Amino acid sequence: MIVCAVKKQAIRPYIFLNIYMAASLFVSIGRYNILQHFGLASNEYVYFYYYSDTLLTILLYFALTSLYSRVFSEMHAEQYVKLGAVLLLGGTALFSYGVVHQAESKLVTHFVLELQQNLYFVGLVLTYLLWAAVLKLRETRTRLIQLVLSLGVYFSLLAANYALRNLYPGLSTLLQILPPLVGCFLPAAWVYAFWRIPEEARLVPARVAVLR
Amino acid sequence: MMAVFILTCSIIFLLQFFISYCRSLIASSVREPISQEVQEVTGMSRPAAEEEFARVVQLLQLCPERPEERGEISLIRAYFRMLGVFRSTVARVVPSVERWTSSERGQCTHFVAVVLGRRIAFSRNLFAQQMSN
Repeated sequence: MIVCAVKKQAIRPYIFLNIYMAASLFVSIGRYNILQHFGLASNEYVYFYYYSDTLLTILLYFALTSLYSRVFSEMHAEQYVKLGAVLLLGGTALFSYGVVHQAESKLVTHFVLELQQNLYFVGLVLTYLLWAAVLKLRETRTRLIQLVLSLGVYFSLLAANYALRNLYPGLSTLLQILPPLVGCFLPAAWVYAFWRIPEEARLVPARVAVLR
Repeated sequence: MMAVFILTCSIIFLLQFFISYCRSLIASSVREPISQEVQEVTGMSRPAAEEEFARVVQLLQLCPERPEERGEISLIRAYFRMLGVFRSTVARVVPSVERWTSSERGQCTHFVAVVLGRRIAFSRNLFAQQMSN
């Protein structure tokens, strides 16, 4: 995706999306190394997997904030968007800590799972609000619309996955397959958006919306 | 309780985002007319009807694949199937959904027909290049 962004001169306008993709590449290499050294069932791998996933989610959160900034750029509301994002992130972390505070055994791992589920859900709600803003402000940039929609699909799949895992812990082994599969969708959709859709392409968002 | 709420919202949002994403892919082809060649090969009517989808996809698989189109075709096929499930379930309760799914599936057919046209042109170019070499 980064190569596509470089070729299409989309590094600077979408810097946080590219940072996220670079980070996910490094995290994948790190995971592979730890898997090789300690094995799939080791504590080291489990800890590294969940903590790196949380960090990636927070980075994706900033990528989403940067999309907000682009949509609201004409209204000069970037400062408020950034402040709101930091407050929400802090609030989500505090809320997740509060929820698991009573179960003090395995507090740290439980906290990470709870935080992930809540972060994905907050990310999903924020993406939905961004999509509503795109419709309301009649944002027509096709590339931006596709980036927002693909992010929405990604967040909703992962939020549903973690919610199912919380509801049915017995299905955890089965549901663990989903995040890597979903993880392939986002880079593929972003590559498509950068490679196939020119920056000048325009689309009436109301034509693709389900609810207007 | 919280997990149930998150799961319900996620599924509702997922449907909306997925449908909108597929429609944004299809939107690029809506203005593009189906080429004369494709109409002749498939005997397609205008506007494209949903019943022709399977046949156009079969023809699509006979043409040399362009790597950049692989993902979008799979996604549109998944969308087409999902609309079929909608029609056989939700449309029985809400009749207006029936008309909507038919129109959407027709647009999916139009999309694959446009892609087929591109593939035929691509194959022709490839063949012409080989002949000139």
